[in-house]
Amino acid sequence: MSIETFEFRSGMRTVTDGLVTGLAILATLVVVAPLVAIFIYLLYMGTSSLNLAFFTQVPKPVGETGGGMANAILGSAILLALASSIGVPIGIGGGIFLAEFGRGTKLANAVRFTADVLNGVPSIVMGLAAYALIVSPRIPFLPFTGHFSAFSGGVALGFMMIPTVCRTTEEMLLMVPHAVREAALGLGVPNWRSVLSITVKTASPGIITGCMLAFARVAGETAPLLFTALGNQFWSASLNQPIAALPLQIYVYAQSPYDDWHRLAWAGSLVLIALIVIAVSLVRFVTSRGVLKGAS
Amino acid sequence: MGVGIEVSNLNAWYGANHTLQDINLNIPANHATALIGPSGCGKSTFVRCINRMHETNPIGRVTGTVRIGDLDIYKDAKPVEIRRRVGMVFQRPNPFPTMSIYDNVAAGLKLNGYSNRRALDEIVERSLKNSALWDEVKDELKKKSGASLSGGQQQRLCIARALAVDPEVLLMDEPASALDPVSTSKIEDLIFQLKSQYTIVIVTHNMQQAARVAEKTGFFLNGRMVEFDSTHKIFTNPSDKRTEDYITGRFG
Amino acid sequence: MNANVTEIRISQAQFQPEPDIPEGQAPDETPSADVSEVRGFLLARGNSALIDRAFSWLMLLCALSIFAIVVLIALELVRGSQLSLHKFGFAFFYKAFTDPDTHLTVYWDPVNELFSARPFVYGTLVSSFLALLMAIPLAVGLAIFLTEMCPRVLRGPLAFLTELLAAIPSVIYGLWAVFVLVPLLRVHVNPLLIHGLGWTGFFNDDNPTGLGYFSAGVILAVMILPIISSLSREVMTAVPHSQREAVLALGATRWEMIRMGVLRNARIGIVGAIILGLGRALGETMAVAMVIGATPEIHRSLLSNGSSMATVIANEYAEAVGEMHLSALTEIGLALFVVTIIVNALAQVLIWAVTRGTPAQAH
Repeated sequence: MSIETFEFRSGMRTVTDGLVTGLAILATLVVVAPLVAIFIYLLYMGTSSLNLAFFTQVPKPVGETGGGMANAILGSAILLALASSIGVPIGIGGGIFLAEFGRGTKLANAVRFTADVLNGVPSIVMGLAAYALIVSPRIPFLPFTGHFSAFSGGVALGFMMIPTVCRTTEEMLLMVPHAVREAALGLGVPNWRSVLSITVKTASPGIITGCMLAFARVAGETAPLLFTALGNQFWSASLNQPIAALPLQIYVYAQSPYDDWHRLAWAGSLVLIALIVIAVSLVRFVTSRGVLKGAS
Repeated sequence: MGVGIEVSNLNAWYGANHTLQDINLNIPANHATALIGPSGCGKSTFVRCINRMHETNPIGRVTGTVRIGDLDIYKDAKPVEIRRRVGMVFQRPNPFPTMSIYDNVAAGLKLNGYSNRRALDEIVERSLKNSALWDEVKDELKKKSGASLSGGQQQRLCIARALAVDPEVLLMDEPASALDPVSTSKIEDLIFQLKSQYTIVIVTHNMQQAARVAEKTGFFLNGRMVEFDSTHKIFTNPSDKRTEDYITGRFG
Repeated sequence: MNANVTEIRISQAQFQPEPDIPEGQAPDETPSADVSEVRGFLLARGNSALIDRAFSWLMLLCALSIFAIVVLIALELVRGSQLSLHKFGFAFFYKAFTDPDTHLTVYWDPVNELFSARPFVYGTLVSSFLALLMAIPLAVGLAIFLTEMCPRVLRGPLAFLTELLAAIPSVIYGLWAVFVLVPLLRVHVNPLLIHGLGWTGFFNDDNPTGLGYFSAGVILAVMILPIISSLSREVMTAVPHSQREAVLALGATRWEMIRMGVLRNARIGIVGAIILGLGRALGETMAVAMVIGATPEIHRSLLSNGSSMATVIANEYAEAVGEMHLSALTEIGLALFVVTIIVNALAQVLIWAVTRGTPAQAH
């Protein structure tokens, strides 16, 4: 290779390097821009429509201004409570199995793999399953079946929480040092007691944050509720009837032709996003501080 | 009061690794017995066979007989029962990180369902006094967490925790190896005081420690027990050449 | 026996020395009643074998519930699509009907019970493909920047920002897309596309609304970007430093180091990340439903209205016109389920192969 060719090639390499660096920075900006744009717009549109009435009143009939999403907030709370009561215990139980009883076994690997795959199933499919299981009329004397209900929506959301909670619980339990478990065993503490009172207790900050993450994720889910909880324009706290939910209401209002309802949709989005940002930030804060404070 | 331990034909494996081979010995009651030997010779595995901790490892296997008192611990009892009668202090201090000092000491009792508050208070106090930790922590029993103590204090806390369940045997696997010299000597003093009440088996790679503390000493090498005799004899006039080589520092 | 040597070694140590008893800590020598009470209590405890076994079975049950849920979903979807499966068979996914009156191609006519999933499959594929096209370079670029180029100070906040992006609910993306993105595209971007690329036939100006495949592709791209990016980052960080150093030692520029030392090793994982993003795009419902136009037709122009599999289910399921309609929608759901499971399983295998089983983050 001649000197000129070598120098050209070196130059080209430097140019390429600089070009790629520039492109990478550009890519970063292009990514960050919509996020910032969404947040700013959300804040702007949301805060202007947020008032006390939003939190205390139900939607007014079409044509009347004002009103709020109080029923949707309550509805979301009820749905999430039901979902958590299903998702958290079963998810934590699954995580305990993976970390404490099934570690290294083929079964545990299969469960883990399935959980990850289940996490990727579209949430609308979850809604379809819940519909087929609970909403479409089958067994006449079983409560909650046969019609749209808050119960079916809560179950759909709860099923969605299980794989997430299970995996994060497992992760956190695996971080508990073996020495702690040995200490409990050495004292003659029965295995079940050692797992619950020592291992799980030690990992509990991390487990709780995992539950918060799952909670935040299903809080914003709309698709599974479209034909289970269905939505409700009025106050309802019953598990046996359709119920309003924040993301559902936002969806309906966003598609509507009324400016007033658009306003409410923005306000609702702000509330929802605030909840999620708090949850994600808390999670980051707890995990960065060291999940297992004091464990050697 | 402690009990004696009778070990016959003990063999232990880690997977395919024949870690302990045909161990036979009698550990006397209410004395301290030291086990010495180079790293990897099987002494830790040996003590873990006495409280049935070896089998908690998925690839761990044990054959042979271990009698504590007149109880065959592998045939006549379940592991959990044995571990309540045989206490263990590990190489690295491992207090329960989420519990206070009080709860750490009381853990062996509380987690087994013991709920008598008044008695627990007394037991915690007595155990901490017996492990020479009481004066240092008596004002902060419930406020300070077990993990916030210094290394030497943590190990004494673990000793207190083991003593609280009133075991008949106390196993100590190199209890001072992770500690500074001051803490080490405190723990040695402790062992000295405790051995009149419990049967103590202490694994150590520190021969001076064995000499200071134990009446009998066993020398392990490559999974076999080479010599088991009074400490004085082992260190001044050992019968086996391998023992002498180890004592004089020719290897290990 | 060389007793002299041993004597010297041990001479300092005194056998059985007198213990130093510190003030106020006389060892308790009289075993009080408590001591034997404790022993007695523990001896009477039993070994909890029953509770232990029940406990481990309970935990096993919880873990098995995950299998149960997948099986349940599959069963219910198959059962629900029986009618439609029977009537239309596999042709359901590509059939085209002709309206008897107008002689026009019709795909989805609930009233006359003519159901073909073709426009929805088309819409799903087109919008997902567009999203991947736009998201991949940006996501990988971001990952490269964050892993290899970013000043340490910025890394945390940027990563946090990406995490937040992933956490925003679909419906909020949809809301923003309807009121901000679509008008923006309609006014500023689409005319350019029509003008510059209209000759390809993929961009014509028949649709003044701004909704359609392209808008759906853009919002989908924004949504799958954080997934591809954060997973690519994980995979790239898993490449050992020794690889980077080896290439640098040969005199490579930074880009060359990235290309040969990192990307080459991580590319399987990055492909896995991309496939995971694809899986998410295929099933994305709310945002797509709000901007794709919800029209069960097939058009070549990316700017025209269309629909997707998830969209039609979302829009029509609650008020389906009859059993066959419901069954057809369920069959679409079944197809979505099967496809996303396969895609996600493939992605997991690829990622696992590179990171060796590092636990997945909750996305």
